[in-house]
Amino acid sequence: MNCDQARAELEFYLDGELASDRTRELEGHVRACPECAGEVLRSVQWKRQVKAAGAMYSPSAEFRERMTRRLQKAPKKAWRWNWALAGACALVLAVFGFSMVRRSQERLVAEHTLSEVADLHVATLASASPVDVVSTDRHTVKPWFQGRIPFTFNLPELAGSEFSLVGGRMAYLRQAPGAELIFQIRKHQISVFIFQEHALDDGLGSLNGPSHQLTFNMNTWTQNGLRYVVVGDASGSDIASLSQLLKAAS
Amino acid sequence: MVGGYSIFLRQNIFLNGWNKAMPGRFTLEGVPEQHNFEALALPLLDQLYNFAHWLTQDRSEAEDLVQETYAKALKGFDLFQQGTNFRAWVYKILRNTFLTSRTGMRAATDQFDDEKADVILPPVKETPESLLVEKANRELLQKALAELPVPFREVVLLADVEEMSYQEIAETLGIPAGTVMSRLSRARVALRNLVRKKLEGAA
Repeated sequence: MNCDQARAELEFYLDGELASDRTRELEGHVRACPECAGEVLRSVQWKRQVKAAGAMYSPSAEFRERMTRRLQKAPKKAWRWNWALAGACALVLAVFGFSMVRRSQERLVAEHTLSEVADLHVATLASASPVDVVSTDRHTVKPWFQGRIPFTFNLPELAGSEFSLVGGRMAYLRQAPGAELIFQIRKHQISVFIFQEHALDDGLGSLNGPSHQLTFNMNTWTQNGLRYVVVGDASGSDIASLSQLLKAAS
Repeated sequence: MVGGYSIFLRQNIFLNGWNKAMPGRFTLEGVPEQHNFEALALPLLDQLYNFAHWLTQDRSEAEDLVQETYAKALKGFDLFQQGTNFRAWVYKILRNTFLTSRTGMRAATDQFDDEKADVILPPVKETPESLLVEKANRELLQKALAELPVPFREVVLLADVEEMSYQEIAETLGIPAGTVMSRLSRARVALRNLVRKKLEGAA
């Protein structure tokens, strides 16, 4: 492959749309050609810049809450406004003001804990030995944790999904020991952290659902007394489908 | 007071659970469809909103657009074929809804001519590629993105921000994959040229 061909196919290569034989040829050429290597680097940077610039808008908290509520509820029958209900509403409003204050404090702590989890994920990515137990087999990874952490968990069946298991390692959050599992999808690394909810000392409060930290997509929930946090640079929908698999397994 | 609150909450949860079970349609796994829709749709909220705001260039219009998209998707969820691409399906609904809105009609995507669109864009000037990448900051890029014609803007967003495959983009936009490739290439050149022009204007 010459430089002109390489430049012409670079765009498709970076979009992950180049056929595998052409990809091999292009990578071979780039390794041998410093000019094209420079071009690849610039193009990758450019693509990143466009991505960062394009992720510009996020929904307001109020709108997010409204949509979440709407999606969680089945189509509802019209409310019958009567006095009893109005009384109940007044009571709820009074308590609401009180709980808002507590809620916002809880939220701050939870945000802080989430960013700690994102840091753990970054530390794993940067680590020379990212996993302590290297295995794509869940039946090897799960027993490895026995005796190392004070609880057990179930790993999902990944056959038929795009995810693969890379391995696992120990993790600590708020001095509580837990499991970190590393999954891969299309070259994106995703960490799944599992801790005992009570050991986290309300560090994540009642936090539930998807969020962002740094540039990572995250998702968190509790199930059977265990707190799960999924974090990675994969898309929100990938994070969501891995979460679904995990939820179904436990 | 706090006790009253928690009782109210519990009752509310009970009612929600009951409502969810009511539609009476169940998938093979025995999960109510309602629940499935939520699990599929809710994680897309942030992305959908971002895309909607880029299309409409206005917060409240974007909110209306996302809300209408979810309403239509929920209504048409029966027509969605399980196992096919849910994301592309929802984006398609959002985009079609946008195109029938007043703002969207002005964008007039249907009559869009990729080749003619090149003409309205500034010609390539001197700034070398390396300087372009170095100097283009986020704000500049955002302004340039906003100035791109809608058909160019949306294809760049779907490819580079949503990281959709060409096939997904083709499904979303309802155009052949080959057209996706050529439109995306043109759109990227146009974006670079706009940034270039802004850099030279600023210099």
